[in-house]
Amino acid sequence: MRVSAVVRSEVMPEYRFVAEGFEDAVRKFEEQKPEAEVKTQFVIPEKDFNTAGKGSSELKNLLKRLGVDSVVLRRIAVASYEAEINVAAHSKGGIMYSTVYDDLIHVRFEDEGPGIANIEQAMTPGYSTADDLVRELGFGAGLGLPNIKKNSDAMRLVSAAGSCTKLEFLIYFAKIS
Amino acid sequence: MILSDLVTLLEGEVLFPEADLDREVPCAFASDMISDILMCTKEPTLLLTGLTNNQVIRLSDMIDLIAIVFVRGKKPLQDVIEMAEERGLPIITTKFTLYRCSGLLYNAGLRSCKI
Ligand SMILES: Nc1ncnc2c1ncn2[C@@H]1O[C@H](COP(=O)(O)OP(=O)(O)O)[C@@H](O)[C@H]1O
Ligand SMILES: [Mg+2]
Repeated sequence: MRVSAVVRSEVMPEYRFVAEGFEDAVRKFEEQKPEAEVKTQFVIPEKDFNTAGKGSSELKNLLKRLGVDSVVLRRIAVASYEAEINVAAHSKGGIMYSTVYDDLIHVRFEDEGPGIANIEQAMTPGYSTADDLVRELGFGAGLGLPNIKKNSDAMRLVSAAGSCTKLEFLIYFAKIS
Repeated sequence: MILSDLVTLLEGEVLFPEADLDREVPCAFASDMISDILMCTKEPTLLLTGLTNNQVIRLSDMIDLIAIVFVRGKKPLQDVIEMAEERGLPIITTKFTLYRCSGLLYNAGLRSCKI
């Protein structure tokens, strides 16, 4: 049982993106795993559009207090909000984990499935499987994942049909020169 | 233009009385899709929309909205109005359509928000 689970996770499809100019910084971050300054967690219930977005809103407030630049703050909040809405709209619920480092933020979302059958297709602008309830609220443009990519310095999406979905992104507080 | 000029131009109704109408409006964006609206990460903007659910106010926690104009006579429910009030976010409703509002504001010199 365990062995097959490991094998399955090894072939789990993933989408990776690193923005131009951030390759070295991201590699260094992944190798060195610096010490976190602040960690937070937020539960995202399924289809609860009263709660949805609160996690991202609180995260933005926290970073604002830490003095993060306002344009960077908006990029972080938008990427986080789109991911939070995806968990609420498309999954059975999940958790958002944020870790603040000296010069960047790492946000990770893990949900309880049902997963994404075709990640490439999900990343295509305009592709959406959102239901009527979700569309009525103004979601379902199929631009959430592209928006997350656009606002992130690095992102990774791991999923498969019948599995949980994991999405994480990194955003640096200042430009890397 | 400042918000009070905009209210006059759109024959709008301000949805809570203490709203700050002296705010300068630098630019505007109009859409009914949340992911579209979230493209406005570069500068504070006015939003024109037909969406009236609580998530449209929640958006103002993520990006900087100067005010929201609800078009086609739409009015949010009281709890949504209260969310805007808590945030000091002026909200206005107008009978005019999205197209007409955009045209009027554009002619009055209001530019598009940078995306
Ligand atoms: N956490 C998730 N769990 C399952 N499916 C997801 C998840 N996130 C995204 N998807 C799938 O990817 C599609 C595209 O997502 P996105 O670009 O955010 O557009 P939208 O949310 O507007 O549909 C969704 O319609 C859905 O099919
Ligand atoms: Mg989405």
